[in-house]
Amino acid sequence: MGDILVFVEHRSVSLREVSLQIISKADELATKLAGRLTAVVLAAKADFLPSDFSSRADRLIVVEDERFSDFDFTAAAEVISKIIKEQSPHLVMMGHTPWGMDLGPALSVRTGLPLSTDCVDITLDGTRVKTVRQLYGGKLFARVSFRDDSKGCIITVRPGSFPVAASCGRKGELVRIENPANLPASSSRFIEYLDTGAGEIDITQAELLVSIGRGVGEKERIEEIRELAGLLGGVVSCSRPVVDRGWLPKYHQVGTSGKSVKPKVYLALGISGAFQHVAGIAGAGTVIAVNKDKKAPIFRVADYGVVEDLFAFSDALKEELGK
Amino acid sequence: MDIIVCVKRVPFTQEVDLEIDKSGKSIVTDGLAYVINDWDGYAVEEAILLKERIGGNVIAVTVGSEDDEEVLRRALAMGADRAIRIDTCGRSLDGLVVAKAVAAAIKGFPLDLVLTGVQADDDNQAVVGIMLAEIMGLSHAAVVRGIEPEEGSLKVRVELEGGIDEIRQVKLPALLTIQSGINEPRYVSVMGIRKAAKKELKVIGIDELGLSEADLALATEIEEVYLPPETGGAEMLSGDPSKLARAVIEIMRRKGVAV
Repeated sequence: MGDILVFVEHRSVSLREVSLQIISKADELATKLAGRLTAVVLAAKADFLPSDFSSRADRLIVVEDERFSDFDFTAAAEVISKIIKEQSPHLVMMGHTPWGMDLGPALSVRTGLPLSTDCVDITLDGTRVKTVRQLYGGKLFARVSFRDDSKGCIITVRPGSFPVAASCGRKGELVRIENPANLPASSSRFIEYLDTGAGEIDITQAELLVSIGRGVGEKERIEEIRELAGLLGGVVSCSRPVVDRGWLPKYHQVGTSGKSVKPKVYLALGISGAFQHVAGIAGAGTVIAVNKDKKAPIFRVADYGVVEDLFAFSDALKEELGK
Repeated sequence: MDIIVCVKRVPFTQEVDLEIDKSGKSIVTDGLAYVINDWDGYAVEEAILLKERIGGNVIAVTVGSEDDEEVLRRALAMGADRAIRIDTCGRSLDGLVVAKAVAAAIKGFPLDLVLTGVQADDDNQAVVGIMLAEIMGLSHAAVVRGIEPEEGSLKVRVELEGGIDEIRQVKLPALLTIQSGINEPRYVSVMGIRKAAKKELKVIGIDELGLSEADLALATEIEEVYLPPETGGAEMLSGDPSKLARAVIEIMRRKGVAV
């Protein structure tokens, strides 16, 4: 009773940060529940795990198979649903990542356990698990409970929701399973990773980013922002809607699915501040946001805010720089 | 290629202040405009592009009330051949129930590919697509931003974190959840939507699909909703644009940017 199972992600023989965040939260929950914490690592060879990793779980199940060198949904879902059925954990946790978004709903269907996705917080009401998640792109929060969690539940956790604990002090019993038998044939095959971040400019190295969002309105007006960036000696970056509309190439994109940036100053023009974008500017020194909507979420995370039409502001800035 | 594309009608909430309703579990929707879920627009466009390229048939499906037929008519105007609305029969549904209903409604249809959006703008759960694939025994991939048809399979581009894409080969029949930006959804005029009214739009009640009460039971419950906490917040600068500009230049210089 009270046991927690965490699915650990890795890519290119490197542990994903999100898995450390989740296992840190799982440690806190397992302590409160007086349950055992099990981490499941599926890999070709699990030698990339940091040496202190085993202290983060009571038990580390390492399943080694060539098929796990990259994400193989069929094999992963088979192995994990078998572990869930054998161990009946109280709670199963994984990242709300592109792979977790594939795995979570599938495991829910296969095991019959209820699912809550993209959770930003997890609380306990006695032994019952409740989640906090966002609706309407972060405009609203919801507290969610499971109607029947008597057999357990599954949660996918939004990356960045929890800090990584320095250490967890668990005993880390290692269970190694090599080349598990009877894995079904895969329905998909990994081919390669492509870096879409490579382009003419590298926004991750800029000291000043002049970043535009949906508020720029149309492709034709981006030239005005380029001029401004030129005058300021900065580099143009953008949020997702600008790339989705084909206004700028993807290597300009800041955010979860784009690049994380660390400029001295990040000037956000007409960017509303969706969490996926904000996650990418955590390393920025100072954030100055300009938006005509005074309730834009970007003002919650910015250091300085200007409620103004971005072009009126941009024109005034150009004029001042020209003096 | 026989393609089914799932669509949802959602309230448009950008630059709208949401108000919580009396139950405390939902928002006041009176006065909100409704649109096709952003991701679903890309999914419909991708289905039509595949049909135009290699031939086939596209069926648009939604689960909802009569008002929700608006998004089916939009899909028909974009080029879908016919549409199905699964009426909720007054029931509250969740992601798994919706997936079961769609699976039951399209059972036996010739099928190579199902497309859905990555998630819906309103509840942001991202579950219906993959659950539907699992129920139907289809291969699947989530967060797809590129599709290249091959013999018996698709080469897909899955958007991972940090600007990395994963190229993966997925066997057919398959379900893919489509990420925004994969294409440029075509514009449809009011006239186009009117013309598409001639295309078949079939309505079937969720109670007629042979689902048991256990199938229709909800897995989760929203206990309460609340507006985001006002944490921290920016120091707001005020004045006319030139005063604001001078203040911002001053901040940049102070923070070590040579302006």
